[in-house]
Amino acid sequence: MEIVLVLGLLLAGALLLALAGHRSWAPELNATMSFATFFATTLLTARVIAVGPMVWGDPSVPTPSNMVLAALAGMLKEQFFVDPFNVFLVALTAFVGFTTALFSRPYMRIEQHHGRVNATRLRLYHSMYQLFSFMMLLCLLSNNVGILWVAMEGATLTTVLLVSLYRTPASLEAAWKYFILCSVGIAQALFGTILLYFAAEKVLGPGGTSLLWTHLHEVRGQLEPTVLSLAFVFLLVGFGTKVGLVPLHNWLPDAHAEGPTPISAVLSGLLLNVALYAVVRSKVLVDGALGHNFSGGLMMGFGLLSVVVAAFFLSRQRDIKRMFAYSSVEHMGIMTFAFGMGGPVAAFAGLLHMTVHSLTKSAIFFTVGHASQKTGTQNMADIRGLVEQSPAIGWGLVIGSLAILGMPPFGVFTSEFMVLTTAMHEHPWATPFLLVALGVAFAAIFGKVQPMVFGETPLADAARRLPRGPTLVPVFVHLGIVLMLGLYIPPYLVAWYRQAAALIG
Amino acid sequence: MAIPLLSQVVNVLAAFLLLLAFAMLSQRRVLTLIKLLAWQGAALAASTAIVAWSTGQSHLYVSVGLTVLLKVLLIPWLLHQLIDRLFIRWDVETLINIPTTMLIGIGLVIFAFALATPISQMATTLTRSTLGIALASVLLSFLMMIVRRKAVPQVIGFLAMENGLFFAATSATYGMPLVVELGVALDVLVGTFIFGIFFFHIREQFDSLDIRHMEKLKED
Repeated sequence: MEIVLVLGLLLAGALLLALAGHRSWAPELNATMSFATFFATTLLTARVIAVGPMVWGDPSVPTPSNMVLAALAGMLKEQFFVDPFNVFLVALTAFVGFTTALFSRPYMRIEQHHGRVNATRLRLYHSMYQLFSFMMLLCLLSNNVGILWVAMEGATLTTVLLVSLYRTPASLEAAWKYFILCSVGIAQALFGTILLYFAAEKVLGPGGTSLLWTHLHEVRGQLEPTVLSLAFVFLLVGFGTKVGLVPLHNWLPDAHAEGPTPISAVLSGLLLNVALYAVVRSKVLVDGALGHNFSGGLMMGFGLLSVVVAAFFLSRQRDIKRMFAYSSVEHMGIMTFAFGMGGPVAAFAGLLHMTVHSLTKSAIFFTVGHASQKTGTQNMADIRGLVEQSPAIGWGLVIGSLAILGMPPFGVFTSEFMVLTTAMHEHPWATPFLLVALGVAFAAIFGKVQPMVFGETPLADAARRLPRGPTLVPVFVHLGIVLMLGLYIPPYLVAWYRQAAALIG
Repeated sequence: MAIPLLSQVVNVLAAFLLLLAFAMLSQRRVLTLIKLLAWQGAALAASTAIVAWSTGQSHLYVSVGLTVLLKVLLIPWLLHQLIDRLFIRWDVETLINIPTTMLIGIGLVIFAFALATPISQMATTLTRSTLGIALASVLLSFLMMIVRRKAVPQVIGFLAMENGLFFAATSATYGMPLVVELGVALDVLVGTFIFGIFFFHIREQFDSLDIRHMEKLKED
């Protein structure tokens, strides 16, 4: 029931904002709908804590007495599920969706004040924001691998017009690239899904049930290995394009730099996670069928390449949002590498890293957004002395950058440490690459953030004031949670991570 | 005897699909490209209908209906409207000259067959031999997207790729479950609309639909 509530609220939000998204109170409505969704996911989480994993239409869920509802429930039977792997991602997605909506409230108003967007485009923005959240949660909750694909493509479609929201030549170019590359990539994933269905149909028989993940998971040992290994290559390339794995990452820095900052935050913090989730789900099936770690090798290769290439690109960036976009590529690489290694520790680290990266990176984008509004530029050479102009923004950026660079005691340190130690143990050859990349990334990001925050303020900029105060509460809430996860992880979270790691490891 | 005959017909249609993919690769005029796309949709619908009729898979008829409605009628019509409004009649420039493209295309077809053969041997469907063709037409559309410089032909390449994928689904498995097919069709339709909106935005900004104008965002 909670699942319907979560998805229904977002659809209702999209519809309401499609009608009223241009009104002056639309940002508040957007935040309220996102909060309601977040609240619904906490209900869902509470339910999962109480009764454990569930599949929609289980005997444990009572059949509704109403005829229409019963028919609907029959149609949706087993189409949605919640297990330890997706439950924390659902909660995380809804939470970051909510805090980003809070951040977007003053941010988009300032943008409107600066004349970069008008009321009509804000209506598009708000409505698509809700629809995008809907698509991501549908991806996570869907038990049907086909619907997972459909929702993933839907997530691209809903964000493409948001990347080009400012209608500048650069933003149109970024959106076009994003659209073409992700559509082509995801078309490869569709071919992979077709091959998966082809293999599953032999075991489970034709019809809707043979694409259900829970069924596939049960019979994964009987699926045809040759077909599945080919399917995985297509699925990895397809969903990997959305994860932003090198060499398929070309769309990512452009889309992050040219779109509105709240969209950069949700793309980086949430969409990449959801795409990686799809890859890992496919990996579980393929590993089961093959019996050996074919998929793991591929993922480790792509992951390591992403980490190294992205780290070396970091120092060449001039645009602040572009730089942090490359940092996202690097971190997605670390996660892909961790899931590729497999095993309980590495998978645990991968899941933890998904959580902390998402929180930290969105917090960084919040501060970056306000910093570039304050200084009127995204060019790092022109941003100086943030800490004097606005201490909250400046400190937020410094703390966020330290956290993302893996400084203790933040949560990113914990997960990266676990990935590194497992790598030393099982794949020693990979350790130097990882260490060098982390070092290079540290030098690049810290070397650029330091002068932006503590450098001399140019006199001309000192007078620039924003028409309204920024909301920086989400930044510090996110960083607070990341700090807490570095020091103490709540026991039920540990239990989920462990169970999920056992499932995917 | 009826079944082998039908499977022959499906094979002929599959060959036609591949021929159309090559025709698109070599075609310079946008209007003709749209016509070829519609023909490809028609061939796809016809082969799906034959598979549906001969195997009694009734949900495939829905897929036939969708294909005819979307890929033969609605999307070509939309594209037609679009190029009328944008006054595009130009010939398409390609990055690589057409004979070379065709040669690369032939290489891709051989590669696709090599990849698909072990899988088609496992398939029990009457259309199993066509999986290679389906994969080949996906790859050829991919090639078309790479070598074309303008926005509209790139989109046509994308839609042709979607056709190839649907053909793969029917030839390997008698079609995906209905929910999924409906979802995919919806995505394709919405995608085409967004492409349409995009064309106007791009033209407004650049006064042209040439992708060359959109190569500013590069690493320095």
